[in-house]
Amino acid sequence: MTAAPAPTPIITVDGLAKHFPVRGGTFLNRTTGAVRAVDDVNLTIAPGETLGLVGESGCGKSTVGRLILRLIEPTAGRILFEGTDIAGLAQRELLAVRRSMQIVFQDPYSSLNPRMMVEDIILEPLYIQGARKGPETRRQAQKLLETVGLPRSAIARYPHEFSGGQRQRIGIARAIAPQPKFIVCDEAVSALDVSIQAQIVNLLQDLQQEFGLSYLFIAHDLAVVKHISDRVAVMYLGKVVEIAPKRTLYATPRHPYTQALLASIPAPHPRLRRQRARLTGELPSALAPPPGCRFNTRCPHAQDRCRSEVPELRTLAEGHQAACHFIDQIPAPAPLGGSPRNGTAP
Amino acid sequence: MAAPLLSVRNLRTVFGTGGGGIVAVDDVSFDVAPREVVGIVGESGSGKSVTALSIMGLLPQPQGRIAAGAILFEGRDLLQMPPRERRALRGGAMGMVFQEPMTSLNPVFTIGDQIVETIRQHERMGTRAARARAVDMLGRVGIAAPARRLDDYPHQLSGGMRQRVMIAMALACSPRLLLADEPTTALDVTIQAQLLDLLRDLQAEFGMAIVLITHNMGVIAEFADRVLVMYAGRMAEEAPVGRIFDAPKHPYTIGLLASTPDIVEDNVRLRTIPGTLPNLADLPPGCRFAPRCTRAIEACGAGQPPMRDFAADHRAACIRADMDAAP
Amino acid sequence: MAAPDAAVLEDRPARVPFWRGPTFRRLIHHRSFVIGAILVSIVLVTALIAPWLDLPDPNRLAIRFRFRPPSGEFLLGTDNLGRSMLSRVIWGGQLSLAIGLGVVLLNAVFGVTLGAAAGYFGKLDGPLMRFADALMAFPSVLLAIGIAAALGPSAMTAVIALAVVYIPRTARIVRASVLVVRELEFVQAARASGADDWRILRQHIMPNCMAPLIVQLSFVFAYAVLSEAVLSFLGLGAPPTTPSWGILIAEGRSYIREAAWLTIVPGVAIAITVFGLNLLGDGLRDVLDPRLRVEQG
Repeated sequence: MTAAPAPTPIITVDGLAKHFPVRGGTFLNRTTGAVRAVDDVNLTIAPGETLGLVGESGCGKSTVGRLILRLIEPTAGRILFEGTDIAGLAQRELLAVRRSMQIVFQDPYSSLNPRMMVEDIILEPLYIQGARKGPETRRQAQKLLETVGLPRSAIARYPHEFSGGQRQRIGIARAIAPQPKFIVCDEAVSALDVSIQAQIVNLLQDLQQEFGLSYLFIAHDLAVVKHISDRVAVMYLGKVVEIAPKRTLYATPRHPYTQALLASIPAPHPRLRRQRARLTGELPSALAPPPGCRFNTRCPHAQDRCRSEVPELRTLAEGHQAACHFIDQIPAPAPLGGSPRNGTAP
Repeated sequence: MAAPLLSVRNLRTVFGTGGGGIVAVDDVSFDVAPREVVGIVGESGSGKSVTALSIMGLLPQPQGRIAAGAILFEGRDLLQMPPRERRALRGGAMGMVFQEPMTSLNPVFTIGDQIVETIRQHERMGTRAARARAVDMLGRVGIAAPARRLDDYPHQLSGGMRQRVMIAMALACSPRLLLADEPTTALDVTIQAQLLDLLRDLQAEFGMAIVLITHNMGVIAEFADRVLVMYAGRMAEEAPVGRIFDAPKHPYTIGLLASTPDIVEDNVRLRTIPGTLPNLADLPPGCRFAPRCTRAIEACGAGQPPMRDFAADHRAACIRADMDAAP
Repeated sequence: MAAPDAAVLEDRPARVPFWRGPTFRRLIHHRSFVIGAILVSIVLVTALIAPWLDLPDPNRLAIRFRFRPPSGEFLLGTDNLGRSMLSRVIWGGQLSLAIGLGVVLLNAVFGVTLGAAAGYFGKLDGPLMRFADALMAFPSVLLAIGIAAALGPSAMTAVIALAVVYIPRTARIVRASVLVVRELEFVQAARASGADDWRILRQHIMPNCMAPLIVQLSFVFAYAVLSEAVLSFLGLGAPPTTPSWGILIAEGRSYIREAAWLTIVPGVAIAITVFGLNLLGDGLRDVLDPRLRVEQG
């Protein structure tokens, strides 16, 4: 999916930035600074592709998702949906695009209105687009529920009657109701138990196959992202530091932060336990990010230049970019796996 | 094995009173040897956290109570102990670290006050000496400039730092057993890795046993010596960590491992466990996993499967698990 | 999971009259709603049919019967001027209930509007809430007196004055709930689908803010009934020829040692009404919240 003469991407994000003003003062709400939650982010997502977006809390990955959907207003940058810039559209003009872009949230509890019946929840995007409630839409709701693996009878029930995994299915049914082309999965499986998480991951993949969906899959769980994505972008303090096809990224991460992130993943098997180079220190405040490369305070390879000059994303190979001044001097990390493990599941 | 440090016998913990109560933990038995790391793994409602709270005597009152069983710590039954002695053990010989580093520290006291308070509750020690100990502990859990940090309030620290403070507090009185309930779940991976390394170092240094409760198979693989898999309040399987990963016996353990995406290998499609987690108020009559189990037969619905031995230290509660694979 | 046949659900009629629908069925099965409804109905109906009851004129003086305790002759006794407490409390109910309900209605309309606007539209929050704080800084009775004095004495004046006085409290409660619900993900989901502010407020936010509002409004009713007395006492409410419960209590207060029933009778009337409304409110809140529904088979 990464080769091929590129068709028009579903989503192109160009120089996207979001600075949240910080207000201070006791009486007057004066703006005293800005959290640079997202700073000059460029991404593309091809039709049918899944782009994984990973990073630690506060890196801005969720903000990127919400900016693309125009749930928050960007400070700067362009958001192209199938080539049309939607960053400047008024909410009313956005309505036509909205049916093509949907979102699945993390929390299966707060993402469904407890006062609405499942039928009305999943059909709401259609009502907003002007559909009238009737036998026709009810059949549609039942079909959507079947598509996500719930019984048709669920239409007349309320969210609290379902378990976390089932609620997440309802949220997915709502997202696919207007037949979108692109869905932001914002930590969509993070709150679920392992055995349920696997079901939802499979469901998302099945739906992608069936409807040719593109996903922006935002998550902090690197294993899940690896499983579901075609390409993966790594964010640190509001900036994309590395982006690559997933096999490349997980096998030969180039940016020191990506390397550290991958080294932090617990071993998949007790035999693969090892003492690894750990990242020291903690995330600096996004209110006052370090000058130069934002990772320089924790980077084991940082030099003077990193503290003064912001590194640009550089192309290292086809589809592989990283933002590091000394990318050629960074040693390759030990492979994640070591020896291939024996089959665990008979 | 040496005499166990902790021995849980047929523990049964019930929530709610009268007929409407639910059994959160049912017939759970396991031992923890001195210096051993036992991981308890399970999903929501598995009873893993309630097991820890039962051991610590921190069940929410008045809803939770221990209905049956014994919890022996160094040979003495905690459940028969006068409350005062039990309190003395808590935070002394038995420490606990919770999941939420945001809420488990009191926001109106400095972290120094809180550590000193804990120390002085358990040991006759002057404030000055206790403060010195607190500084030492903060240093050992990897907090830079500990003497200055002592006067910080919890909100001045990041989540990872707070969890370090919690660990320092739990270890301040040199416990022989540390219960860690999802200690890294709320934290980012890089911080999680730091904390797991720290716990491992401290375990070597202090020589304590750890009971680590988690839902994350990776944390188990990384950290545990022996593993207890729980499902719907009951034990499904118990084995050394290598065998859990190489030769799991219980279909639930097998399913759990297969559901976990693999960071090393490419798996085209995740294997899943069908169905949903059971509702503890409405459990199936026989094996609690039977409704989701692909290998279930009629007999599985007949009664609770007993724990069967498959090898030394390897037990599983399944009548369908094959014996022949055992070495 | 055994799915009931979908056809069963498709047969579900699109619209049924309210009294045959599931909400009504749940209401009449909700014990506190039913008790509350009975209490409130008794009070309301008695007040409404007062003209047709064979009651002595509530204002007829009969000095020789003054201070009669409740007995067979005077069911609820007589007051200091020998007037029948039974007819006074029933007639008084007309005015008090009208004022109470009027205040609740007016208060709800403005309180909800302002609270929702302040909670939902960040720009309005500061100004609206500063204004509300300023209003709340005055002792409520004093403020009501001021407003009533400015508008001139009448029952309507009392309603407006009391409603205004409690608007900031109601608005604050609504605002607090809106602030919480506004951030929930289902609101974001609706926004992602293109829902406009009006739809989000009506469909998603307000239904999830009802519980504290209902409780607050039953308090407002009780306050209104009691405070109305103060206004009337000062000649700023309804003319004293139509005794309200508040006035009855105010008048009876001077004789509380010798003739306690003068205060107890209207006091009990207020208590029954407020208690009934509270139960009614609780019931409504429960029935409207799908999470608290106990389906009976």
